[in-house]
Amino acid sequence: MPLLLLSFAVTGFALIAGGQRLGAKSFVVGGAPMAAAFVWILAQLDDVTSNVVIRRSIAWVEPLGLRLDLRLDGISATLALVVAGVGVAVMLYAACYVGAEEATPGRLAGLMVLFSGSMLALTMADNVFLLYVCWELTTITSYLLIGNRHTDARARGAALHALLITAAGGFALLAGLLLIVADSGVDRLSVLAANPPTHLPTAAIVLVLVGVFTKSAQYPFHSWLPGAMAAPTPVSAYLHSATMVKAGVFVLALLAPIAHGAVPWRGMVVAAGLCSMLFGGLRALRQQDIKLLLAFGTVSQLGLLTVLFGLGTPETATAGWVLLVAHALFKATLFMVVGIVDRGTGTRDLRAIPPLRSGWRGVEVVAGIAVASMAGVPLTAGFAAKELAFDAVSGLAWGAPWTLVGIVAGSALTVAYSARFFWGTFVAPRRRAPEDPGPTGPRVWFVTPPTLLTVIAVAFGLAPGVADGLATSALRVFGTSAATAHLSAWHGFGLPLALSAVVLAGGLALWTLLPRLESALERGGRVPNGGEIFLAVLRGVGQLATRVTAVIQNGSLPVYAGVILLTAALLPAGALVIGRASIDLPTFGSPGEAVVLALLLTGAFGAALVHRRFAAALFLSVAGYAMAGLFALSGAPDLALTQVAVETLSTVVFVLVLRRLPEGFERQASAPRRTASILIAAAVGATVFAFAVIAAGFDHDTAASDQMVEQAVPVGHGHNVVNVTLVDFRGFDTLGEISVLVAASIGAVALARATRRAPAAPVREPMASSVARLAFIDVAARVAFPAVLLMSLWLLFAGHDYPGGGFVGGLLAGAAIAIRYIAGGIQEVRQRSRLKPWTVLGTGLFLAAATAAAPLLAGRSVLEVASTSVSLPVLGEVELSSALVFDIGVYFAVVGMVLMAFEAFGDTPQERAL
Amino acid sequence: MTVLLAAAAATLFAIGTYLLLQRKLSRIIIGLGLLTHGANILLISAGVRGEPPIIEGAETSSFADPLPQALALTAIVITFGVTTLLLALAFRSWLLTDDDEVQDDLADRHVAGHDATRDETEDQQELIAWEERR
Repeated sequence: MPLLLLSFAVTGFALIAGGQRLGAKSFVVGGAPMAAAFVWILAQLDDVTSNVVIRRSIAWVEPLGLRLDLRLDGISATLALVVAGVGVAVMLYAACYVGAEEATPGRLAGLMVLFSGSMLALTMADNVFLLYVCWELTTITSYLLIGNRHTDARARGAALHALLITAAGGFALLAGLLLIVADSGVDRLSVLAANPPTHLPTAAIVLVLVGVFTKSAQYPFHSWLPGAMAAPTPVSAYLHSATMVKAGVFVLALLAPIAHGAVPWRGMVVAAGLCSMLFGGLRALRQQDIKLLLAFGTVSQLGLLTVLFGLGTPETATAGWVLLVAHALFKATLFMVVGIVDRGTGTRDLRAIPPLRSGWRGVEVVAGIAVASMAGVPLTAGFAAKELAFDAVSGLAWGAPWTLVGIVAGSALTVAYSARFFWGTFVAPRRRAPEDPGPTGPRVWFVTPPTLLTVIAVAFGLAPGVADGLATSALRVFGTSAATAHLSAWHGFGLPLALSAVVLAGGLALWTLLPRLESALERGGRVPNGGEIFLAVLRGVGQLATRVTAVIQNGSLPVYAGVILLTAALLPAGALVIGRASIDLPTFGSPGEAVVLALLLTGAFGAALVHRRFAAALFLSVAGYAMAGLFALSGAPDLALTQVAVETLSTVVFVLVLRRLPEGFERQASAPRRTASILIAAAVGATVFAFAVIAAGFDHDTAASDQMVEQAVPVGHGHNVVNVTLVDFRGFDTLGEISVLVAASIGAVALARATRRAPAAPVREPMASSVARLAFIDVAARVAFPAVLLMSLWLLFAGHDYPGGGFVGGLLAGAAIAIRYIAGGIQEVRQRSRLKPWTVLGTGLFLAAATAAAPLLAGRSVLEVASTSVSLPVLGEVELSSALVFDIGVYFAVVGMVLMAFEAFGDTPQERAL
Repeated sequence: MTVLLAAAAATLFAIGTYLLLQRKLSRIIIGLGLLTHGANILLISAGVRGEPPIIEGAETSSFADPLPQALALTAIVITFGVTTLLLALAFRSWLLTDDDEVQDDLADRHVAGHDATRDETEDQQELIAWEERR
């Protein structure tokens, strides 16, 4: 069984990939797996009818307990036979149908094979999850097949329409099935059927039925099916009449024995089914396109199937079973006939079809038999189904009279549109144009597939008893003790026969009166239908999305930032209000701290209040140096050093950029905006204050810090705990951080140098140009440079034991470079190093990453430190550890970043033009 | 943590926020710098204060907490990288517009004033008309 299904996937994808060369023959190739499946299922029929259920189970997602459970029992074998059998006929038919105008026959054939495999798997799925997956696979293949002519906007629209509705229904089905699984704890359909739960959740019933109705095109979800007629006719014949639309009915048949007692179930299936049957029939009477006529006929017939399977008694199910098989046979045949007529005459419009005379006799006979079955003329399979249905429904304990009236009325409509189809296609054109010889008839091969289906249909209609065994085993969904089915072509005289007579007579009468009823039907057509509702919903969703977008994405950065910051302030504030803590804080620290903080806040307020860019940047650096002082006072010399170095370099970079920009901030924000900004700022400040004060009231766990202090020397081989933390304990963090620095530097250079401005634009002269150099600055720079560089190296190497490290060292080296820049501009910087800035940057990152990864080669963990002591002149006993190499990487990355900054902003327009 | 430190951090956050809500990129960058200072104060004052955590003798109990310091050091350097990148944005803005003002996104404004769904609905209307054709 799994191999069989696999062959569909293989064939399908192979045809999509390489079927182009085969042309129309790819349909014959595609029919092969279907024929194999058909033969295989026939071979299993003995087992199936003797109630031996064939099962396979394959592991799928073991940890989630998902398995591919397959089984072949009576009901699944029935639908599987239809899928495979009609599939073979449709593929042979399609080989004749597609002409030169079909650009991608391989893809079309491949998709049909993939659909066929999905549908077969659906019939055999014994697990609700597998069932759902197959269900959606058929939805997707159906979507692709409807949109086969993807250059046609109408076909695309129809495909999307079908996808939206059936996929939404698919979700509903999944939700419903999940509820059932959660409620009963069983995900195997066969187990559910064997031990039916006494009650199903109402929500589950409603959700499953919504899924079923969308797939089987029941009111009010039917609207996608007429649109789906945009697909090539073989696809319509296969998916949208014979097989896929039966998937919903199939699930109904599986669940009805368990659920039919529930009131929402019965109410919903009968209401939806009868509505579909009646409205579908009425709509079919109005169509001029014979393909659409059949499509609405399908909606109508599916309505009857929904009622029969949904009612869930063995008798109605038997009638439904016969109708399912009969409908697949006659409707697929009729669609094929439509395709043949379309190909032969170039039209499907009832008013335009030319007379079909010589060469068309065979088509007419086949169509006539199929139409007779559709209308329920005695001795056809359709008749047997209707008789069984009337009998079963009249015997119902619940809702019998009006359900029966509905079915009779619907069947009469079926007779009327059947007559309209046959008369309008074959008889009326000949009367309209008695002299016209009409088009030549179709080729024999083209008519063969529908003829084959008709032969089977006739045999089934005359001697339905041959299928007793299969029908009986299909009834096993009702449990082991269910009644057996006895099918016969003639049920004798009684109420069913009388109703059949009423149906036939009434239908024919309706058909003859049709011209006079035109205006009434016209009025009925104005009632909003599913298609319009779908359209309105679609439009509404689109407009809602536009409105939401207009509000939340209005394009203003301050508004976005304001919303984000306000949220960040208010949400934690709420949490702080809820969680109370004791607050017991000293007001002041040391006097030095107060002085430093005063300086810090002076810088901050100054940066916010001044209206000149340079002044603001300088105030920011005041705040930065004050921070360094604060760090020094807090026992954090590493931080203080780093802050000083960063602040110095930041100021230089700020100046490099700000010298280009206008001096002041010209445009001031409007008063309401300013007020809003200040309010948001105050909210953020208040939240931070509350947070800081309350958080300080909690005792915090210092285990991690204590461990770092303890382990610094024995494990990290360093005495400076902060540096050991950076390069060893939290080395991964540092590696990530320098990666960010590298990315930011590359970004900065790319942004600054992407498009060069024409040098003509007037720019204020930079503070140092290569033309005029001041001698004393030059000398001072030359003297200071090596000294500062040496200092930076000392910081790098000593950093493991004393304040310092790769970051501080690198920043100080950057400061040395800044000194040279001030003296001599970008050329001076470039001359210092033959390496390009990006090379330095990359070397640093590579060195750090390689050091981090190296222990992996020795089978150790990332960033594990190896260390050895060596004796060096001058420096004495030095412990060389891999952490030092890592820190050297950091050093280079930081130096590279500073070089990149100068590369980005440091050159003058004149140099830029070079 | 002292009340004074908390107030200083809160003030830095408030001023930083105010500057972030401006339209000039240079003010936004300065605001970000002030926010970072505020965050760093919160970080280091979350730990125990004390002597620099550099092991020289056996006495480690008077150490300042090294973990927040490592975090703050990372933050300082990252901020330098971010500042550089943002300054490059300001620089680029100057290259293109002679100013560093962040303009409103015109495409967003366009979407707000336009029914973007019209094309699809036209498709669908055509479909319905086709279905209804007699």
